[in-house]
Amino acid sequence: MSVTGNAELKPESGSLTHLQRLEAESIHILREVVAECERPVMLYSVGKDSAVMLHLARKAFYPSPPPFPLLHVDTTWKFKAMYDLRDKMAAESGMELLVYQNPEAKERGINPFDHGALHTDMWKTEGLKQALDKYGFDAAFGGARRDEEKSRAKERVFSFRSASHRWDPKSQRPELWNLYNARKNKGESIRIFPISNWTELDIWQYIHLEDIPIVPLYFSAPRPTVERDGMIIMVDDDRFPLKPGEAPVTRSIRFRTLGCYPLTGAVESEAATLPAVIQEMLLTTTSERQGRAIDRDAGDASMEKKKQEGYF
Amino acid sequence: MATAVENSSYQVQDLIAEDIDAYLLQHQHKSLLRFITCGSVDDGKSTLIGRLLYDSKMIFEDQLAALESDSKRVGTQGQNIDFALLVDGLAAEREQGITIDVAYRFFATEKRKFIVADTPGHEQYTRNMVTGASTADLAVILVDARKGLLTQTRRHSYLAHLIGIRNIVLAVNKMDLIDYDQSRYDAIVEDYRSFAASIGIGAFTPMPISGFIGDNITSPSDNTRWYTGPTLIQHLENVELDVTAARAMPFRMPVQWVNRPNLDFRGFSGLISAGTIRPGDPVRILPSGKTSTVRRIVTQGGDLEFAVAGQSVTLTLADEVDCSRGDVISIAENPPEVADQFEATIVWMADEAMLPGRPYWLKLATQTVTATIQAPKYQVNVNTMEHLAAKTLDLNAIGVANLQTERPVIFEAYGDNRTLGGFILIDKITNATVAAGMLHFSLRRAQNVHWQALDVTRDKHAELKNQKPAVLWFTGLSGAGKSTIANLVEKKLVRMNRHTFLLDGDNVRHGLNRDLGFTDADRIENIRRVGEVAKLMTDAGLIVITAFISPFRAERQMVREMMKSGEFIEVHIDTPLAEAEARDVKGLYKKARAGALANFTGIDSPYEAPEAPEIRIDTTSLTPEQAADLIVEELLK
Repeated sequence: MSVTGNAELKPESGSLTHLQRLEAESIHILREVVAECERPVMLYSVGKDSAVMLHLARKAFYPSPPPFPLLHVDTTWKFKAMYDLRDKMAAESGMELLVYQNPEAKERGINPFDHGALHTDMWKTEGLKQALDKYGFDAAFGGARRDEEKSRAKERVFSFRSASHRWDPKSQRPELWNLYNARKNKGESIRIFPISNWTELDIWQYIHLEDIPIVPLYFSAPRPTVERDGMIIMVDDDRFPLKPGEAPVTRSIRFRTLGCYPLTGAVESEAATLPAVIQEMLLTTTSERQGRAIDRDAGDASMEKKKQEGYF
Repeated sequence: MATAVENSSYQVQDLIAEDIDAYLLQHQHKSLLRFITCGSVDDGKSTLIGRLLYDSKMIFEDQLAALESDSKRVGTQGQNIDFALLVDGLAAEREQGITIDVAYRFFATEKRKFIVADTPGHEQYTRNMVTGASTADLAVILVDARKGLLTQTRRHSYLAHLIGIRNIVLAVNKMDLIDYDQSRYDAIVEDYRSFAASIGIGAFTPMPISGFIGDNITSPSDNTRWYTGPTLIQHLENVELDVTAARAMPFRMPVQWVNRPNLDFRGFSGLISAGTIRPGDPVRILPSGKTSTVRRIVTQGGDLEFAVAGQSVTLTLADEVDCSRGDVISIAENPPEVADQFEATIVWMADEAMLPGRPYWLKLATQTVTATIQAPKYQVNVNTMEHLAAKTLDLNAIGVANLQTERPVIFEAYGDNRTLGGFILIDKITNATVAAGMLHFSLRRAQNVHWQALDVTRDKHAELKNQKPAVLWFTGLSGAGKSTIANLVEKKLVRMNRHTFLLDGDNVRHGLNRDLGFTDADRIENIRRVGEVAKLMTDAGLIVITAFISPFRAERQMVREMMKSGEFIEVHIDTPLAEAEARDVKGLYKKARAGALANFTGIDSPYEAPEAPEIRIDTTSLTPEQAADLIVEELLK
């Protein structure tokens, strides 16, 4: 069963489903950028939203491969399973994979244990700006959704950035119908969010119907864990500093969102299939980003501030 | 207080818990409705949206906890939950307690998924409402039952109708605060009915609600037994979608991108804006008018037997016909029109006012062309719907004007096809989106004036004179030395037996342009006419020298685009303002400083220096003689 097929639709009657509409809108956005921008790139973070975005890109340009590279802004602290899927998907899609690691962060040994917020700032925010400047990309696709967070609900699909990568929420271009203004001056760039109008449930359902490969960490399995600040953290490699005498505990866990493994909280779960994961998601009562330490550090306007500074 | 969560008609938690596969099957068949809510600052708009999200379980426990603590801290509802806080996003507006932009919210019922555009009721934000309404199938117009129709109610209704929304809901809110008084409700509906008819809204759906209490939102309220119509959710679940209605229209697909993975495959990718299509259907490519038939409808999941409005597809055709981005593939027997002059409604969205005559980028579907707008025929007062005389349009102004595109555009009246009738205007220098527009019809003139082919060509004229035609376009501040240097250049060229003509700013204003003043709009028209004259002279084989301040980049660019490539040579006579003012040959700076001359370039009207002129003359280091030599040398190089 796939979303694009017209199995239950007739030319005269029947509505397109919401997933068919969302898919058509995202494909339209992806094609507009390729037609109007000089050097687009797709930010690929290997999470479920990236998986859907990549899948849509392959559909949009089929039978051609998507005519832009994938860029992974790497922190060197992602889960092993993410690196595996990243390399597999790049090979399968026939797209060039660019991996960028901020050399300064690398040299200074910036890590999530010793450096707190600086870790995200240097590896992700700074790393992303450096990578975009290095390759001269004028348009970058990101997998953010408007239902994730309040400031994102107001961001445009085409989000304009100054030459210093800043976002000004007060002077966004009006976006009417499906007419996107991709014009910009030299040095300026645009972030494009093709899945702006998808919700978390839409993403899961689409992965389910289209059988899109995702990192196995989204499914429950027995994994080695420790507890830190009330979060269950998976011990993914031997860089994890255990306390004296501490040994990882095997728990049945899965992840609702994926990032740097030492910063990503797991949930205890038995959901090992997609329908079970969706069921759990619909019945739980905490929102998705709750598992990420990044949103919490500056009160309720934290994400908006980060975005103004250039975070995706 | 009745908690709507308990009696919600779309409680699905049990199904999710008992049979997730059945739930997923149901969810995957939902359709999608986009709507907007409009109301004044205190009409309870954010509360209503917060209520819809809350009732459909789109609020998680952690968000709810944050909402409860926020409600107590900054809320306006005492100890009760202030749903509005859930909806008002950006930090700056939190403190002001108003919504300042378009925000999109999501919720779903058993039958549909919904995207709500939350648009502000604030006076100065017409552009946000038009933006939110442009993608909506339906508009909910909120009225405070205590206050009845307000100026803003009329404005929002007018805008919703203008943008082509067919389904209007009149939600009479805060019924709890008037004790569910039916006669008061009826009076408001009657008021609205006569107003709606006066602006051309044929039908609308009124309902008495309370976003705060939850009356008639998801289930019929016991408080309004006299009301027998649908609840808000029932209505939202059942109205016809625009995308479904568009299927009955003739097939149109603007081409976004040509897909050529190899020499054997050539596909045309686009989003179908109207109609349906099957392999074998005869189609026509616009603007060429060539015909072919559809061979395949290609998707990654396999070829389709048919496709409908709202789907993104790739078509292949049976014949090798020219077709590229900007073209429209249409059903063969009923194609859209092609024209270059139109009447349109324009909504101005930028701080800088519209400049009649200035070239803007016009983007319509996948076509981007240069367009100029004439002075508006009238502006609409959005509060009274009166037509007012206007010379321009300011931020948030709406008016009707004729416009002209530099090449023909494939279009349909906005009322027939939003995709082929809706456009945006983009400033050529700042790249900002400055306006939205809706085409009404093409002007007959474009169809009747044909280009007369001439037997003596421009090449023949140039050949006779034994020279390459060109325009030396001098630009610079008043008193920079343009006329002096231009005169010297012409004398030198004539001595070299070149055929030249000098168009001087002051002289032209005595004749050709004596009807023009010095407002921005008149300056643009002045330059446009001079550009056209210079172009005719280059067609005659002449070397044209022009000496005009020509302060705006956009107009110099317009003239550049009129000329044959390589024939436009921009000469920046670069004299600092202080130096020009010190010289003040004609005494004009003194007059301007004294306030006796308005719109004087450099004093109270800007000069936009060229960014990359072909020739730049620094008059502080060159004499006029040296400057003229340098220009002649560059020209004949």
